[in-house]
Amino acid sequence: MLLYLLRRILYTLPIAIGVSMVCFALIHLAPGDPLSAVIPEGASPEVIAQIKTAYGFDQPLPIQYFNWIWRAVQGDFGMSIMTRRPVLSEVGPAVVNTMILAVAAVTLGFGLGVGLGIAAGYTAGSPIDRVVTAISVSGVSVPHYWLGMVLIVIFAVNLGVLPAMGMGAQGSATFALDWVSLRHLILPAIAMSVIPAGIIARSVRGTVIEVLKQDYVQTLHAKGLPGRRVFVHVVKNAAPTVLAIMGLQLAQLLGGSILVETVFSWPGTGFLLNTAIFTRDLPILQGTILVLSMFFVAINLMVDLLQSVLDPRIKRA
Amino acid sequence: MVETQTPLVAIEDLTVRFVSRDLDISVVNGVSFTLAAGEAMCILGESGSGKSVTLRALMRLLPPAARVGGKISIGGLDVTTLADGDLRRLRGSLVSMIFQEPMTALDPVFTIGTQIAESVVFHDGVSYSAGRKRALELLELVQIPSAPRRLDAYPHELSGGLRQRAMIAMALACRPRVLLADEPTTALDATVQIQILLLMRQLQRDLGMATIIVTHDLGVACEVADKMAVMYAGRFVETGSSVDVMETPRHPYTRGLFQSTVHGGMRGAPLDPIPGSPPDLAELPPGCAFAPRCPAYEPACDGRVPDMVEVARAQFARCIRCP
Repeated sequence: MLLYLLRRILYTLPIAIGVSMVCFALIHLAPGDPLSAVIPEGASPEVIAQIKTAYGFDQPLPIQYFNWIWRAVQGDFGMSIMTRRPVLSEVGPAVVNTMILAVAAVTLGFGLGVGLGIAAGYTAGSPIDRVVTAISVSGVSVPHYWLGMVLIVIFAVNLGVLPAMGMGAQGSATFALDWVSLRHLILPAIAMSVIPAGIIARSVRGTVIEVLKQDYVQTLHAKGLPGRRVFVHVVKNAAPTVLAIMGLQLAQLLGGSILVETVFSWPGTGFLLNTAIFTRDLPILQGTILVLSMFFVAINLMVDLLQSVLDPRIKRA
Repeated sequence: MVETQTPLVAIEDLTVRFVSRDLDISVVNGVSFTLAAGEAMCILGESGSGKSVTLRALMRLLPPAARVGGKISIGGLDVTTLADGDLRRLRGSLVSMIFQEPMTALDPVFTIGTQIAESVVFHDGVSYSAGRKRALELLELVQIPSAPRRLDAYPHELSGGLRQRAMIAMALACRPRVLLADEPTTALDATVQIQILLLMRQLQRDLGMATIIVTHDLGVACEVADKMAVMYAGRFVETGSSVDVMETPRHPYTRGLFQSTVHGGMRGAPLDPIPGSPPDLAELPPGCAFAPRCPAYEPACDGRVPDMVEVARAQFARCIRCP
């Protein structure tokens, strides 16, 4: 098991390096000069060259990549071009804020999705199943930013029971475990949870139906096991498939949603990316994307490891 | 001696239909038999003859679309009217089943030990560790080598023969009085088949279980069974002791079945298959279902389904030509 763990972690390294290269290259592939935002209009060629040297943009691309990645592994992602503050001090709090929102949305979405999916899978073809299918289809098809705006209109504007934006009193950007912060969390978390809820409900339903068709389920009934024990078998067999999809959803939510965070002015990574894109703040963009893509890699690794714990057949492969 | 006991298993006029919105198939059409403790019966038939469905009906292990009629009495219990909870207590403890394909019939993500122990835990109400202890006893009973180690093995880590032994151990976990086996050796290699059959025969005798084995393999049938029932289109067409049925088959279908079987003594002789194919169960003829394929067909066969008549002592056949 330990050997498998080490091997899996080792496999992840080339993926992480590849991802970081793509992160780096993407920015340089984008049209336009990354420095155009900071270079004053009508600046002399000497000034432009000076600025370029200051940011290291005069070096060849491979050198720039190695310098960037070397500093990045030491926690130095450079300075924000707009705020002149270290990228890490901008990205760090944003990541935490997005995580808070993601955890809330995931709890809500996965809980709802798993519950509905199991109910539908166990009653395939029944009215319950049809209702769940309708709910999950609308969950994935309704645009979540639109739902966010609808929620704001209903609960903030018309009913006035929940705040419409921000994550605390007076636009505070730090989260406290108090009633005010929790109230700010409710609407964006609901808006973020509908897509994972729909996707998870569908995949749980499909997997449960598939598992219930297996011969070994008939054996369990032939052994006279009570329904709750059969359920344990169904869950353990369905878990690896569902976990893979959950991992992807979780990674996506941790990436933050530019649209939902912008609608609710939630100071997370999505909000930060949005700002960085419009201000052409290259170091912030690179740093944020790199951190987020490492989340993806890490979560995929975790899902792989969990799957191998649940299904003994995976370790052999 | 057997006649004086109340039979452990008594099936009377069992019918099973599969009903859906646009389909109504009669799979089992009036099967009756009794079985005493310690007796082994074999139900022989082609695929689709209703033999597996008959077996599953005995513990009501059928999909919701199945409609079961007739009387099923096991150990004095009326299985057809049993409440769900009582049915669950009957399954696995009074009656248990061995399936054809141990690879798919065992849960791939639980160890053999856990899968045996959980039956014991739920039926005998003991702790999990007591269940595991019983599981070890059972693995030794079915002669699995280095049993303590196999307790923690997953099904995919065992060979086909060992998997089927583990399946048998699981079926025996709660000391059933009736053991049902659905083609228990079909998925195994020929050499392993013999070992499993000998093991089943020995366990059945040692533990005094009533056993019903469903198979299409004549070799299996004559190896393990005292009684034999030949099934065609959802009905028994011939019943009797294995020896009588094998030596003097009376029904034309039984004869055809024996003639179309390959064995060593017939090297060089041409095979003699039964012409035609089994009837469509959705549209059974009013008369004898075998008539269209029967070499001894006469117009009277189409009249009505013949009754089971005693053709020799304790041997019955369903054919109008049989005396």
